[in-house]
Amino acid sequence: MPDKVHPTWRSRLSRWAAKEGNAYALLTPYALLFLVFIVAPVLIAFLLSFTFFDTIQFPHWIGLKNYIVLLTQDDLFMKYVLPNTIEFAVLVGPGGYALAFLLAWVLAQLPRIPRTAFALILYSPSMTSGVAMTVVWRALFSGDQSGYLNTLLLQLNLIQQPVQWLQSPQYLMPVMIVVTLWSSMGIGFLAMLAGILDINPELYEAASLDGMGSRWQEIFYITIPSMRPQMLFGAVMAIVGTFQAGAIGVMLSGSNPTPQYAGQLIVNHIEDYGFIRYEMGYAAAISVALLLMVLLFTRVANRLFISE
Amino acid sequence: MKSRWLRKYAGVRNRGINPQGFHVSQLKFYAVLLPLAVLMLLPIVFIFSHAFKPPDELFAYPPRFFVAHPTFKNFQDLFAQMSTAGVPVSRYLFNSVTITLVTVAASILISSTAAYALSKKRFGLKQTLFAVNTLALMFVPIAVTIPRFLIITRMGLLDTFWVHILPTLAMPVGVFLLKQFIDGVPDEVIEAAQIDGANDGQIYWRIVLPMIQPAIATIGILTFQATWNNAEISTLYINSESLKTFAYYLSTLTSTASGANLVAGQGMAAAASLIMFLPNLIIFLFLQSQVMSTMSHSGLK
Repeated sequence: MPDKVHPTWRSRLSRWAAKEGNAYALLTPYALLFLVFIVAPVLIAFLLSFTFFDTIQFPHWIGLKNYIVLLTQDDLFMKYVLPNTIEFAVLVGPGGYALAFLLAWVLAQLPRIPRTAFALILYSPSMTSGVAMTVVWRALFSGDQSGYLNTLLLQLNLIQQPVQWLQSPQYLMPVMIVVTLWSSMGIGFLAMLAGILDINPELYEAASLDGMGSRWQEIFYITIPSMRPQMLFGAVMAIVGTFQAGAIGVMLSGSNPTPQYAGQLIVNHIEDYGFIRYEMGYAAAISVALLLMVLLFTRVANRLFISE
Repeated sequence: MKSRWLRKYAGVRNRGINPQGFHVSQLKFYAVLLPLAVLMLLPIVFIFSHAFKPPDELFAYPPRFFVAHPTFKNFQDLFAQMSTAGVPVSRYLFNSVTITLVTVAASILISSTAAYALSKKRFGLKQTLFAVNTLALMFVPIAVTIPRFLIITRMGLLDTFWVHILPTLAMPVGVFLLKQFIDGVPDEVIEAAQIDGANDGQIYWRIVLPMIQPAIATIGILTFQATWNNAEISTLYINSESLKTFAYYLSTLTSTASGANLVAGQGMAAAASLIMFLPNLIIFLFLQSQVMSTMSHSGLK
């Protein structure tokens, strides 16, 4: 009897291999790397978040304790990291996203050559890397009177004494937000620009025949509804970019933790616990919290832009 | 003369989205964009200007934004320099170039084959796998630095050449953009090739690849930027100096903690920043029209 089952199983397999084998073969290299470097880290972070792990001993299970500590006992998290992250994320995320859409729309009103030139100028900051720009920001925002911004403001008599832009808790966050917004016109911005340009011009003509007067009406009733897919892509890129930009405060101020935790974001908090204090289990719980925040934000964006 | 000029530049065709030429109504947009463009460009102009400043201008008081007497001294200093560990700067640059070339080529290959399968092949898990990839667009690598570190250590990749390449190869946004672009290749073209007896390899290489060049260029640029600018991998996973990247070397020049000679370091850091930035700009300038045509396929449905 098994003799009979075996060949059919085998022939089924070979038929499957002939039909779908190639597709899986083409996918395999990508899928393997995807599993090892994206799926596995997320799963491990999730598992580790329920353990105590100091990298020396084998992690042992402590249930929800890390999350309970995070929500009830981590003063730094509740007092600085969470409010900072929310402030930063709201201004850089939706703020930067709205700015990117408006700029893309304005660019779309220009002929091709000036449009391309401006698009390139607005996109070029996103090509710079954190490390390369450290030199620039440290010189521009230097805290003594030879800093470029301080010199300018002193000459204009707007300030009487040089401002410690990167070391004072008061100014670090605004500088972080400005610098991140500066470099945030990335591929989401280009996608939205392309989306606006792809809208069928007849839609606008029909609307103006129907008596649609203002350009604001045009934006809300034609432009945005016609390019929902690009709007959503831009939103996802903005959300990911915002959380990925979290290292900026440490980079600008040159220290983790940042001065009086003024620029401490959730990403720095993970690094602080993971690589400085070696409390990997706790750091993993913060990672999971961060991933959940990204998921939540994307859910909201989905609600706003999904078709139907 | 005046009226003809007005008629030409007040034509209906030149109003609204994607106009053909200039129109007076566009002036308000220029009025918004010009000052903004200047602000956006200032830090970039500063990279160029700063890199060519002689020492007395780097530390002049009051500081000058633009260079007055440009010199190549900072670049000469940079390349004459050995890192504190005795590795010449050219070695870091060589590492960066090699790593970037290999990563860009490998990333294009594995992303485009995967995207071809997800777009044109028929198989059971197709929808599921594409959905998983779309979900992974939300992935924030920086959040899982610690588990990644544990995985890389376990795999024995620590302190090897491959650790620069393998972790960054799987780029969900790359596969996503390529798949959307390949969707635009008509099925008839591929069916015709199948009738002529072409196998998947031939279809991919001779038909799909030539038709998706704009998307390939875009993925190339995105991978290039991610790899060329990466200092983090050298910091976390590499111990031997001779395997570290130029971006990492630049980060040691600017770090205040390293106790490097800050006065001499300033000029070299400025020169190195320019070397870091320039390839990004040049490549994007050459490929920008391809990137724009890819982006019109970027919609998330």
